[in-house]
Amino acid sequence: MSTFEPSIVAFVCNWCTYTAADLAGTARMVQYPNVRLIRMMCTGMVDPKYVIKALLSGADAVLISGCHPGDCHYINGNYKARRRVKLLKEILARFGMDERRLKLTWIGASEGNEFAETINELVEEIRELGPNEIRRSIAV
Amino acid sequence: MASITSINVADGDPVKALQGFMASLLEEDVVDAVFTLWERPGAGEIMPALITDPKMTEQAVPLSPAYPLNGARLLARLTHGESRGRVAAFLRPCELRAFVELIKLNQAGTQDLIMVGVDCFGAYDNRTYRELAKGNDHKDLANEFVLAGGKVSGAEVARACKACEYPVAGSADLAVGLVGVDVGSTILLAAQSAAGESVINRLGLQDASGGPEREQAVEALVKEREAYRDAMFEETAAATADLKNLSAYLAGCVNCYNCRVACPVCYCKECVFVTDVFDHKPWQYMGWAHKDGSLRMPTDTIFFHLTRMAHMSTACVGCGQCSNACPNDIPVMELFRLVSQRTQGAFDYEPGLDMNEPPPLNVFKEDEFTELTCAT
Repeated sequence: MSTFEPSIVAFVCNWCTYTAADLAGTARMVQYPNVRLIRMMCTGMVDPKYVIKALLSGADAVLISGCHPGDCHYINGNYKARRRVKLLKEILARFGMDERRLKLTWIGASEGNEFAETINELVEEIRELGPNEIRRSIAV
Repeated sequence: MASITSINVADGDPVKALQGFMASLLEEDVVDAVFTLWERPGAGEIMPALITDPKMTEQAVPLSPAYPLNGARLLARLTHGESRGRVAAFLRPCELRAFVELIKLNQAGTQDLIMVGVDCFGAYDNRTYRELAKGNDHKDLANEFVLAGGKVSGAEVARACKACEYPVAGSADLAVGLVGVDVGSTILLAAQSAAGESVINRLGLQDASGGPEREQAVEALVKEREAYRDAMFEETAAATADLKNLSAYLAGCVNCYNCRVACPVCYCKECVFVTDVFDHKPWQYMGWAHKDGSLRMPTDTIFFHLTRMAHMSTACVGCGQCSNACPNDIPVMELFRLVSQRTQGAFDYEPGLDMNEPPPLNVFKEDEFTELTCAT
């Protein structure tokens, strides 16, 4: 049994993934309690600095999750989010950060199962990866 | 459509020749003002200036290796809206590229503007130029620099310039050609747009030929700079291989934000880092210090640089003004150029070359980057 409990920050969109999280909760689906949800109106609103701040402050991983492509409540915010995540992955990889610490997923409002499954898989993956050493090794 | 002409250089004085060209632009009412590097009479410093009096072009120093700041942001102030006058702006290739990025970011326009791109052999950083300028005439320094093709003994151009792959102007109305030209006797002038052609026609300049010498010289210069750039990238990549190394690299940073102010494409009127968001309460500092046993101050230093990379690296043109402005000589330019190479490469984007290519975060394709999302 691992003694490491990852701390994960999730930026989720109000209309889809947050609703799916709510569904997963009310349906009593089993999921790890390691994730802190931050509700955004759209994944397109997740500025890169929110992700950077979370990781520099010690989050072991960041999840960004929203509407499926084509289903975005704001038409194309999720496509824009994807470009931002691509940009961020390029920058963070340049400084040795494992790219698995930043995840982008699409989870629809009715996909409570998908949400619980994604959370559980992510927690297990980060457990294996080990803690994010940023906080302990650099002067932020 | 490019039509080529030449400007005659008398007495081995290319600066004077360009001054004459500027004066004729004003005298013939082709433009109402000229934007160029300028030595204020009696003050001795070189700064960009907006000149409307043809006589004042005698103080213009368009070929100066002084590079006090990137003129793109100043030019954006002149072109973001109605200016009630036509301006001819003499810009280095990197200033031109930065200006094109500002146009794409809706911070500038091309109405009432003639962009004149001047070949660039490089420039000195502010400290180096200040030393060189002691007891020397700015115009003489400019002539010496250009006649030597940028390789004057006793001083080296800034690292950003040694690593710059764009010594000649792209996307300008007029291009002033110096590389591969005998600038002691002639300067090339090429129209690259309809507006540029109309300027040449109005001034009644004669046709001239380009010749293969120029292309060969440009190619050789670019190759030399690319080699320097690649070596610089290797050096910087090794020094910033992980966030711990990045922390050491930026250890001297005091959050003065000069690099942000000097950056021509960092255009936010109020940066989030100077808002209340980062005006932390005293108890917050104490809490953070207790949590980790110590707290580096000023705080949010690496956060600032990483955020700036995320916000503007796709538009970075490598002008080097961030390093020029850094009071603690942190090699900011090297770091940002390295990251920019990666982010621009990810989107297959080259900043400032094509006016019609939108910035990569403004557009998307529906079927791209599918590897980023987990299968669902």
